Amino acid sequence: MTAVPNAPDTHSDDSWRGVAAEDNNDISDAVGIKLQDRSRRLLRSLVRPHRRLVALATVVVIVSELAFLVGPLIVAYGIDSAVPALTRGDGGPLTFTAIGYLGAGVLNALSKAVFVRLSARISQAVMLDLRGRVFDHSQALSLSFHEKYTSGRVIARMTSDLDTLSDLTEQGLDGLVSGVLSVFAISVALLFLDLPLGLIALIAFLPIMLLTRWFQGTSRTIYRRTRTAIASLIVQFTETMNGLRAVLTFRREARNEAIFAQFNAENAQANGDGMMALAKYTPAVRMVGNLTLTAVMIVGAVQVINGGLAIGVLAAFLLYVRRMYDPLDELAMFYNSYQSAAAALEKLSGLLEEVPSVPEPTDPIPLPHVVGRVTFESVQFSYNRQVEVLPTFDLDMPAGQTLAVVGATGAGKSTLAKLLARFYDPTVGRVLLDQVDISRLSTADLRRGVVMVTQESFLFSGSVADNIALGNPAATRAEVEAAADAIGAGTFIRSLPEGFDTDVRKRGGRLSAGQRQLVGFARAFLADPAVLILDEATASLDIPSERAVQAALRTVLHNRTAVIIAHRLSTVAIADRVLVMDHGRILEDGAPAELISGGGRFAGLHSAWQESLV
Amino acid sequence: MSNIPPAPDQSVESSTREPSSAPEQVGHRSAGSAQTPTVASLRRLLPYARPALPSLAASTVVAIVATLCGLSFPLVIAWIIDGPIARRNLSQLWGPALLLVVLGVTEAALFWLRRVLATRPTMRVEATMRADLYERLQRLPVSFHDRWPAGQLMSRAVSDLSTIRRFLVFGVVFLVVNLVTFIVGVGILLFLSVKLGLIVAALAIPLVLLSFQYESRYQILARRSQDQVGDLATVVEESVLGVRILKAFGRSAHLGRTFRTQAGELRDTEMSKAKVVSVLWAVIIALPEIALGVALILGIRDVAAGSLSAGALVAFFGTAMGLRWPIDSIGWLLAIANDTAAASERYFEVMDSPLTVVSPDSPTAAAPSRGHLVMSDVRFAFADARPRLGRPAELLRGIDLELQPGETVAVVGATGSGKTTLTSLINRLYDVTGGSIRLDGVDIRELDLATLRESVSVAFEEPTLFSASVRENVLLGSPDGSDEDVRAALDVAQADFVDDLPWGLDTRIGEQGLSLSGGQRQRLALARAVVGRPAVLVMDDPLSALDIHTEAQVERALRSVLSSTTALLVAHRASTVMLADRVALLEDGRITATGTHSELMATVPAYRDLLASREDQVAGVRRLEDGVHA
Repeated sequence: MTAVPNAPDTHSDDSWRGVAAEDNNDISDAVGIKLQDRSRRLLRSLVRPHRRLVALATVVVIVSELAFLVGPLIVAYGIDSAVPALTRGDGGPLTFTAIGYLGAGVLNALSKAVFVRLSARISQAVMLDLRGRVFDHSQALSLSFHEKYTSGRVIARMTSDLDTLSDLTEQGLDGLVSGVLSVFAISVALLFLDLPLGLIALIAFLPIMLLTRWFQGTSRTIYRRTRTAIASLIVQFTETMNGLRAVLTFRREARNEAIFAQFNAENAQANGDGMMALAKYTPAVRMVGNLTLTAVMIVGAVQVINGGLAIGVLAAFLLYVRRMYDPLDELAMFYNSYQSAAAALEKLSGLLEEVPSVPEPTDPIPLPHVVGRVTFESVQFSYNRQVEVLPTFDLDMPAGQTLAVVGATGAGKSTLAKLLARFYDPTVGRVLLDQVDISRLSTADLRRGVVMVTQESFLFSGSVADNIALGNPAATRAEVEAAADAIGAGTFIRSLPEGFDTDVRKRGGRLSAGQRQLVGFARAFLADPAVLILDEATASLDIPSERAVQAALRTVLHNRTAVIIAHRLSTVAIADRVLVMDHGRILEDGAPAELISGGGRFAGLHSAWQESLV
Repeated sequence: MSNIPPAPDQSVESSTREPSSAPEQVGHRSAGSAQTPTVASLRRLLPYARPALPSLAASTVVAIVATLCGLSFPLVIAWIIDGPIARRNLSQLWGPALLLVVLGVTEAALFWLRRVLATRPTMRVEATMRADLYERLQRLPVSFHDRWPAGQLMSRAVSDLSTIRRFLVFGVVFLVVNLVTFIVGVGILLFLSVKLGLIVAALAIPLVLLSFQYESRYQILARRSQDQVGDLATVVEESVLGVRILKAFGRSAHLGRTFRTQAGELRDTEMSKAKVVSVLWAVIIALPEIALGVALILGIRDVAAGSLSAGALVAFFGTAMGLRWPIDSIGWLLAIANDTAAASERYFEVMDSPLTVVSPDSPTAAAPSRGHLVMSDVRFAFADARPRLGRPAELLRGIDLELQPGETVAVVGATGSGKTTLTSLINRLYDVTGGSIRLDGVDIRELDLATLRESVSVAFEEPTLFSASVRENVLLGSPDGSDEDVRAALDVAQADFVDDLPWGLDTRIGEQGLSLSGGQRQRLALARAVVGRPAVLVMDDPLSALDIHTEAQVERALRSVLSSTTALLVAHRASTVMLADRVALLEDGRITATGTHSELMATVPAYRDLLASREDQVAGVRRLEDGVHA
């Protein structure tokens, strides 16, 4: 279980960067501060575009809170002024009390409604922005990242973590603003009403701050655990659902349930621990509030008896202190959501911080018309420093050439193709398209120039036509059908229940592997690139389909540069040039006929192949 | 415009799906259709909530006592104002003051107890529901999974269940507590002043009416929002799993637009929710304030007239303030009750989906399997397939094929002729829709499912490896196997590359481990299929990703396995067909010819066309030779 390659080195100074600190829940204070800074920077950048709305919402919520807070004052005024006035027969203060109280109530209600909408607008805009950013970034990250990080975890980041943030924005924002404001406003009101009593009420903040510090430390670690636990759970869930046929066939259900139960229990434990920490924090805050109220009551009573305080002021005081601690509860709850969201934000900001190892150039060189000359210039490639996959080599392909690459598994054929498709960048040297370094091309230009079809034939949910059109979303329906016909896939597609509109179902489950590969081919032909890379793209085809594809290739590859990797030499028949590779080295390079007559490796392969065609 | 993936509204219509699990129900559309009443959806949670009910009940009682402590605060204060203060007697102050301290500490302690009581049991409810969902999903037929988008399943397992848990831990408790608080509070108000108390009590009527009206509007939005969250998760999952394709075609931005559109729709739904909530909140805040305003005016007049004490009026307002939260929380509680009802509905949609492929109630006791496999008149149609042009929608239209124990039969057919489907019928990934498959004379539907799948092993064309060691991956179907068994199976599959892995058999592979090439994966999947010496071995083009050299080696090694095992082999190449004793040609949903390879080559043109593209090979070779001569 320990054999995860590229395990993050948690001891180096950069151990917190990117997603490296992800599985580590108990991290040092110094690293913790860096993570928090990173999360806050992300949060700030998300909120900044909406600062005007935020300012407006703040004004509205202040109005709402003031309208709310003025209530006890009016009650105090009513008791201290309206009652004596009414005894004297003066109804004016009563009318004033009535209008004031009702007016404040309605204003409070209306401004609250406006605030709810405003805050939803802000938080939804922030969520939309963040979702988009995470999506784009995960797509921009290179394949080497995806291979290491696993799909389940990216999915967890983009679903569960984002949900946690959306919970915060939904429930929390309002609690935070109104909580802070009422605590602040009430404090001012208390000090203004009676200084000594006010000071007593405010001393209570000292223990509350200490409590909050404790809660912060405890909950942060716990909520990191919840994020890790739910991610493991999602990884297991995704893996099971994607491999369901194998799960059923090999009866892995029970073992899966055991693994899942473990993550499930960890998740429940972590979440429960969080709730338990909250269970200590909020009542403690509450108790401080209650004791403060008692102290205010006693001191106030003594003052009233000694004649230093009006009874109405004491009444207002008591109402205010109560009102102050209700929002404190809310603040505690907000703080809890915040801590949970902060853990999610830490992970998200880490993902966003990952630098794509195959980045888009900042100042791309435009290449509007690709001719198709391909040059590998002193290219060397290794995944890490120890293992050299491709030793330094040069290769030049004139535009329009069809190159076949043959060799045993692990010879480096696919790596060569991936370098040309820029799934990886070479460790040393450059890959040029029409004499331009492909790492200097924009994605749009590069993909117009170079397209790769692999053995893997992943289909997206949607119709067959949708999946072919992925090659060129601007294509008309006629062009889509023409592309399918060109490679001989039209017949089977039209025989599907709804032809090109047939839903391919989850992961293309409606089609056989061979059919999926044909759809992948049609997609590539529709994309119409200057350079086409076929990496084992015909492995799952039956002979008639392969024959159709090969017939199509002869016309399609005319005026097109192509790199074809195939186990079966039948595909090689259409090549102008053959490269024989072994252990990353190019052993033979020449026209097929030359190599056959040369009696080298290719000649051997060729005769073996002919024998296999009994 | 093409749309990948389409919004569920655009998904293909189909009339023959079972309504209980049709994708239409997965998408937004159900939101507009008839709704299950909130209460009914919530009631379905009861069996799961039951173990937590005692703790929840205790938690509720504790919360009520805590609330009563809170509510008695103003009463004690009124006592102090009307007693020691009115009489200017300090010595009488300490009794009530001590009472305040006791109440304050008790209230806080009970708050703590309330959470402690509810936390772990509700966590267990959530975990149990999730485990059950996972278990159910592993038992639901493949046809169910074909239809349901992955993200919809995951959003149910993660976010819907946490919504339900939060409702149990807060919602249920506060629904009861706040109701009790309101009733007790109104009681106290009535005790302090009947007239003023009635005014506040009268509030309840418009609030209840309003809440009902609001509920129906919110419920639709709650469901829609959760469905949209599931749709987003589906796009996310596809974007991650299909990232190589997206990169190869530079179409990340294209899918990104779809994602943004859907995220935008979710935002719109959330905004609609906020609008509904904002109106509700405004009314919920305004109504009590108006009632209190009226009470204030009348109260002041009463105090002036001497019919009400100043202390009572202060206590009245103190209590009324205490009722604010129970009233305000109506909006919030209704919202989470509706969210939970929708989540529960979504959860039970999956749990209620029928298990169509299950063991029979009383399975036929199977003798040690000899591997005599008989397919008679086997028919199969996908549930959503439609008859076209008067022809039945069946993909397989009456397959008759018999495999003697130990015999190897290759199935050859054009792309899309149903070969792969046929292989998934033998271990009941799908059930036949007509005819029968018999293993040693017993219909496979009469056999215990686990026993059947133990006897029938499958090597899939697309190998799936799990995040586990090489050993565990190979021994997936026979966990008791020894290292020797693993070695023997790896030898058959020519998977000696395992020795070069950093930790040998213990190397973790799969997504969370070392990534392997397509050929390596296929060989491990083959080893997995042969490891238990299964009675029946089904192989779907198992060598497609291998190079010629390795393929030849694997074929040699496979022969020894095949000599003692009944095997059904889907083949695309002559070289693979040569492994078989007999070949069956699948055409138009039927077996149209059987015989040896050379017999069929000689007599069946359709077969020749599929397997020996002689003229093409000749053409290819000629071309090469042309090159030589040129």
